[in-house]
Amino acid sequence: MATESGTSTRFRSQTADFDAETGLAVDAALAGLDALDIPTTQRRPLASRAWAATWPKIGALALFLLLWQLVVWSGWKPSYVLPGPGKALSEFGSRLGTSHFWDALARTLVRAVEGYALAVVIGVVVGVAVSRSTILRTAVGSFITALQTMPSIVWFPLAILLFKLSESAIMFVVVLGAAPSVANGVIYGVDYVPPLLVRVGRSMGASGFSLYRYVVAPAALPSVLAGLKQGWAFAWRSLMAGELLVIVPGHPSVGADLQNSRELLDTVGVMASMITIFVVGVVVDAAFNTADQRMRVRRGLVAEGTSAVRAARGSRGLGVAGGAVDPVGSSGDGTMPPPADPGAGGGDGGHSGGAG
Amino acid sequence: MTAVRSDTAVRIDGVSRFFGSGAARVQALDNVSLDVRSGEFLCLLGASGCGKSTLLGLITGLDAPTTGTVDTTNRRAGMMFQDSALLPWLTAGGNIEVPLRLRGIRRGERRERVERLLAMVRLAGLADKRPHELSGGMRQRVSLARAFAQEADILCMDEPFGALDAMTRDLLHDELERIWRETGVTVIFVTHDVREAVRLGDRIVLLSSRPGRVAEVFDVDIERPRRIDSARVAELATVVTTRLREEVGRHGH
Ligand SMILES: Nc1ncnc2c1ncn2[C@@H]1O[C@H](COP(=O)(O)OP(=O)(O)OP(=O)(O)O)[C@@H](O)[C@H]1O
Ligand SMILES: [Mg+2]
Repeated sequence: MATESGTSTRFRSQTADFDAETGLAVDAALAGLDALDIPTTQRRPLASRAWAATWPKIGALALFLLLWQLVVWSGWKPSYVLPGPGKALSEFGSRLGTSHFWDALARTLVRAVEGYALAVVIGVVVGVAVSRSTILRTAVGSFITALQTMPSIVWFPLAILLFKLSESAIMFVVVLGAAPSVANGVIYGVDYVPPLLVRVGRSMGASGFSLYRYVVAPAALPSVLAGLKQGWAFAWRSLMAGELLVIVPGHPSVGADLQNSRELLDTVGVMASMITIFVVGVVVDAAFNTADQRMRVRRGLVAEGTSAVRAARGSRGLGVAGGAVDPVGSSGDGTMPPPADPGAGGGDGGHSGGAG
Repeated sequence: MTAVRSDTAVRIDGVSRFFGSGAARVQALDNVSLDVRSGEFLCLLGASGCGKSTLLGLITGLDAPTTGTVDTTNRRAGMMFQDSALLPWLTAGGNIEVPLRLRGIRRGERRERVERLLAMVRLAGLADKRPHELSGGMRQRVSLARAFAQEADILCMDEPFGALDAMTRDLLHDELERIWRETGVTVIFVTHDVREAVRLGDRIVLLSSRPGRVAEVFDVDIERPRRIDSARVAELATVVTTRLREEVGRHGH
């Protein structure tokens, strides 16, 4: 167009006038609209939230202890075979004062952390490789799930033959137990990255590694986290099985203590060890749930404080995470609300009413 | 002006695009040829499903045509998607920062630019809000800021203001027009809204439905700044609408 340059100068001069006159008005108008837009965030005070998260757990625990005590009182078994919760808890309490207890716990935790860390590294590497390559996926994709479903205890005969009664035998089984879950979490996570977000990344110039860094990895995080949590559950189970079977002389551990108490027919000791194992499980689960909860809050997947939404959310939360293979009861997440009762329809008062 | 910086920003030549295969094969675009001039504001208009988004995907290089060629003459094309398509794990500021990080801009400068871009879309001070904490209109404005952060030579916008109330939309029309004039960027703007097309465009390309073809090209000879409710805009909009009705009516959908 011949007039193009002329036109654009005219436009520019108009821009200046236009801005000076209406800029402020535009600001004010939009600010007014935005005031309507910004959602008001209300957070309940910390103490109240902590209480809401704790009381159901305390209640459940109290109920369990009561049932246990009732069974003891019923005289089903003699008390040296089945002692009451009081005895078991006081034995657990007195153990807390011994250095042997802490040595054993420390070794067990170090084994767990080392084995789990190695499993995570292997799982992530394998997961990324499989999610990227069609050939690898066809080759080993289904094997990973098969491995995952294999009870870890069946690996021990082989592990003991390969590594004798050593730390390596335990490590071997822990890694084999946990890595497939982590790998599957990564594979599912990458598979379910919304294609739109990948397009967004590519349109901004991301490709290859930067696409993974800015889009794929964060988008896959929920599923990866689910895989990590499940991997931990498998690692912990495998470790406990390993410590019962593979007792390395001179290396005290929680599992070795448990086995030891059993051989001495010391039921109170067995229960004290089991309490230790349970407590570790609860603490780690709480850590995973906190991480999961944080992530969901950041991404707007949690409506805080609205009990109707929480009840409707079901027990699992993320749809993507649900795609991962579920180990038998590995996610004992006590913090999650129970699934919505279809019969209870719109009634949101049920649980919260009891709290207030 | 170098030889590369020709007056044509995008050369679309005989482009067809099919999706799927066998019986489920769908033709989205049929032999579309179109030149987009450098620095022009081009509006793409057409019924739902006529291939507008598909065409933008081809221009930005996210998809490849089945036949024909799309040449962006060494210019970079950025995209603003049909839904705001923000990355939900990042804050508003973080979203705008991604294209800056991808171009290797240093941290301090990034922060400054994010501030400036947010102010430009009238969202100053909301950098730390997460997408779900913003309203739909605010999200679209963040998306707009992110699109500008790419500093692309060609900006493809896919129904960017579709979900906005009339007042916010009018304000953003003014903003977009201002930025377009200040930066000289080539804009390819997809919309369903005929008046919006007349309000913004230098030219309006009308696509026919299923498969999309160029049905007609209108020059918009109305002086800027325009108002969406002015008589001249309404007048041309009526003409375009009539023509659009014909196109839509041609297929019994
Ligand atoms: N990935 C795909 N796979 C199969 N068909 C597709 C795909 N993308 C688009 N299509 C088809 O191509 C045609 C054009 O789609 P497109 O999204 O470009 O339409 P549009 O003009 O942007 O519509 P709207 O205005 O509703 O956004 C549609 O018939 C659609 O069904
Ligand atoms: Mg579209």
